[in-house]
Amino acid sequence: MEYAVEVKSVTKSFGETKAVDDVSFSVEKGELFGFIGPDGAGKTTLFRMLTTLLLPDSGSAVVDGFDIVKDYKKIRGAVGYMPGRFSLYQDLSVEENLKFFARVFGTTIEENYDLIKDIYVMLEPFNKRRAGQLSGGMKQKLALSCALIHRPDVLFLDEPTTGVDPVSRNEFWDMLGKLKSEGITIVVSTPYMDEASKCDRIALMQKGKILDIGFLRDIVGKYDRELYAMKSSNMHRLILDLRAEENTDTVFSFGDFLHYTDKRGVIDKVQMKNEMVLKGHADFSVNEISPGIEDSFMSLMNGK
Amino acid sequence: MEDRYIISAKDLTKKFGSFTAVDKISFEVEPGEIFGFLGANGAGKTTAMRMLCGLSIPTSGKATVAGFDVYKQTESIKKNIGYMSQKFSLYEDLTVKENIGFYGGVYGLSKQQRKEKTEFLIDLLKIQDARNKLIKELPLGWKQKLAFSIAIIHEPKIVFLDEPTGGVDPITRRQFWDMIYEAADRQVTVFVTTHYMDEAEYCGRISMMVDGRIAALDTPAKLKEQFGVGTMHEVFVKLARPQSA
Repeated sequence: MEYAVEVKSVTKSFGETKAVDDVSFSVEKGELFGFIGPDGAGKTTLFRMLTTLLLPDSGSAVVDGFDIVKDYKKIRGAVGYMPGRFSLYQDLSVEENLKFFARVFGTTIEENYDLIKDIYVMLEPFNKRRAGQLSGGMKQKLALSCALIHRPDVLFLDEPTTGVDPVSRNEFWDMLGKLKSEGITIVVSTPYMDEASKCDRIALMQKGKILDIGFLRDIVGKYDRELYAMKSSNMHRLILDLRAEENTDTVFSFGDFLHYTDKRGVIDKVQMKNEMVLKGHADFSVNEISPGIEDSFMSLMNGK
Repeated sequence: MEDRYIISAKDLTKKFGSFTAVDKISFEVEPGEIFGFLGANGAGKTTAMRMLCGLSIPTSGKATVAGFDVYKQTESIKKNIGYMSQKFSLYEDLTVKENIGFYGGVYGLSKQQRKEKTEFLIDLLKIQDARNKLIKELPLGWKQKLAFSIAIIHEPKIVFLDEPTGGVDPITRRQFWDMIYEAADRQVTVFVTTHYMDEAEYCGRISMMVDGRIAALDTPAKLKEQFGVGTMHEVFVKLARPQSA
């Protein structure tokens, strides 16, 4: 198997902080691979090493067949990178930014127009506007267009959807789906756990380490505790009441339900309901449920 | 306008040239409510919040916040509200103690009050060992919780939280909401924006902004009923992209 990205034991420290701590993984060609984790997990540092903007302290990595240290110049021509912070020229127009990036990579907008067409048509009405004057959503689309202008083999997107509303996030993932169908390998990071389902495979990251890696269903499938969804009309009180119970293991809010695990594993639902009704939760309900990615992530964070 | 509301807005409008960012919004917020302020990017949330915080003068309409007028009493508003955003944070190169002392001073607390508050917050957050550590050495979750505590250090009646949990891990995100609930229990009104739709469920009421207007405003349960869907995510999709839903 030939990999688009192959990383072996890469480590990077800043002072005493190990930003990326002995990380290994591979991404197959044509795969849409997601790094899921909160701020400070090490996602950006990892991406900056893979795009040759930072040198690792130790370990090795190959991107699109090139070594990230020895062949850094070749990698720069072969990958596209969209950093988390908007980094285009604010004082250049939409069109000027695109032309600039096209020329830097020795190509033209026309040459790869079909690849960026779907995204660029949404930008074209603002062609003469300065990039700094665009809305958040339009900046994002321009940054993606610039990262794609030289038809890269591997595209690195660092938190492209952070701070973006849920509907626009969906639309962005649809765009990535189209790029994947063009055969581009995509490595993307996000702090939003629900976006895991949009990726082929994911790595869960926390404090510089990969907690788990694989297909979403396999990662979630490893969650081996009984999980219950509970509800009452006073959720905050219910959380406090459950936490006061000695057999309670974890209680976490999940939208209009809370997710509960018990030190005994399986619980007697009727007994639980009776106890909670006695505590004033007349409309208490409890059901077994299957875990989701956030349940898994929190479980892994707790080392369980 | 009635005094019992902590926020009262009537036809509040803000225009930038020919563009109407906030278009005649009217709503009230009760003391002690957790009020979720949702909307797509560019819907006008930030502009509306800036007016309510006394940072931007409206083009037309009326509003009071904590009893103060958003045109004439902006300085009083600033003194009587708390504000925290993901971007606005603590001074990274000051210690925990120094940050608490600094913001206490900004909000006009006396030396004695600052001293008491410092001890109180350090105990509350269980960060005794970190009191003399620089903010930049703390984990993000601690910073968020400390930032929230500092945003209400002057015991305001209302606190504005602008995407307070962005980028935070799922456990810390939930702990942060515990703090929001505790503040609401003490009758602090919480005005919060978020892009996490599960967090929308934790709010008492939700307003949804679309193109500068408030397109819907109710409890999460009633909004889901109104739109005939099971989650706030679906409510959001239906309102933000009516053509595709």
